[in-house]
This record gives sequence, structure tokens and C-alpha cells, in this order.
Amino acid sequence: MSPASPRTATIGVQVRFFALLRDRAGCAERSFEMPAESTVADLLELLEREIPGLPSGLAVAVDRAYAPPGLELRDGHEVALIPPVSGG
Amino acid sequence: MTSPPAQRPPVVEADVSPDPIDPSSLVERVGHPDDGAVLLFLGTVRTWNREREVTALEYEAYGAMAREELAEIAREAAERHGASRVAAVHRTGALRPGQASVGIAVAAVHRDAAYRTSREVIEEVKRRLPVWKKESYADGGSAWLDGHPVAGRAGEPTGPTAGAAGPAGEDEA
Repeated sequence: MSPASPRTATIGVQVRFFALLRDRAGCAERSFEMPAESTVADLLELLEREIPGLPSGLAVAVDRAYAPPGLELRDGHEVALIPPVSGG
Repeated sequence: MTSPPAQRPPVVEADVSPDPIDPSSLVERVGHPDDGAVLLFLGTVRTWNREREVTALEYEAYGAMAREELAEIAREAAERHGASRVAAVHRTGALRPGQASVGIAVAAVHRDAAYRTSREVIEEVKRRLPVWKKESYADGGSAWLDGHPVAGRAGEPTGPTAGAAGPAGEDEA
């Protein structure tokens, strides 16, 4: 995460939760404020602090595609936390 | 005077829907006189899973993403193995044992491409389609099933899985 300074702009990120993550988070979506230039990895760190008992093996989707840890988040991105999948 | 058609990009249809899967409609959607093989795979809900009696299964999907991802999975598999057409659908909502949760129809000029494509589509669905299932049991209670972490945690490509069958877990179709 980029060092916070009083002048650092922030972005609002709305995160969607599915399946057992929704049960853990207690809601289907929640917004988080983060410093500008935060990445997917920064978001995961933040979520691990904010939501006790968050399971491991999570992926993040940004605008409906799996996103690499280094992807920079922006205002208006559609972000979803993807727990281990069990389709089929 | 005609000659065999040149290989074209595959035609792909994908849907994620609460509607019951209609196998004959899937087959009709891929059928074409240029092809010599049509293959249908159905994944169905089992009564017994890990020694517990299942009375119902609830599928939840990240609908918009799952639809795009399923189309991408089908396109990649068809291109890799040379299939002509794929129609794939995944159910959401409450299902009972015996009902189909996933349907994959593949058409190809020859059977080998159809079998390989179909196998890759179902394996990739299990690997990365954003869908989750919750089982309800005859002895009471319910549970989200342990799933497969999406490879690379945050979207690193899983790489080609051509012809590779994933390890068969207990919850596999």
C-alpha cells in the first residue's frame, strides 16, 4: 500500500461477497475506503483485517474478470471476492 | 463441385440460469451438417455425498461474471481442440437429486475433438466458474461445500489443461 499522507486521495471500493463469504461478512456487499493507487493485494490485506475468520484461497474479480494481485483499483470498479468455487 | 469447409472460429453459447436444463435444446443448438460428432454431458445432483444423504442443493452464481467466464472457457476449449460449436449452461437456485446442474453440448467434425473439448469445459468449470453450492441434508443442517481455490489466487492464468483430467475429488460429478 502506498504510504498514507494527509494529502493522499482516497477511492471508494464496493466489494461483493458470495456464498460462505457473505455469511462471514454478514452482508452481500460493503464499501471500503482505500488510498488511491491501492491494488488488489492491498484490498485483500484490508479485508483480512476487517473481517475476522476470512478463509484463505480467495481470488478477486475486477469488472467480472479474475484480477492479478498487482492490479490497481479505481473508483467505479466492480470488485468481488471469490471464495473457492464449487460449480459443476 | 464442393470442397470441405475451412476451419472457422468456434461458435459458442453460454448461459447461467435458474431455468431447468433442456438436453435436447442444447443438442439442437450445436447440430450442424458439417459436423460428424455431437456430444452431450450432463452433471447431475447425487443423493449421496460424503456419506450424507442430500435432499437439496442450492447453487449460487456471480451471474454476470459466470456467464462471461463460461463463454470464455467454452471458446478456449473449442479452439484448443478444434470443436465447431459449444453450448453450455449452468443452473442456479434449488435443485433436487437427479436434476441436471450443468449441461455441455459440443459439435465437432470428428469425435476426438468433441470428447476433448467437453472434458476440458467441465474441468475448467470446476476450476474457475464463480459458482457455489450449498447442500441440505436428510439428517438436518446444511453446508457450503469446500471448493477449489481459483488457481493463482488472483487470476494468474491456469495454463492449458489440454486433455488433462483433474484429480477426481469426492465431490466430482
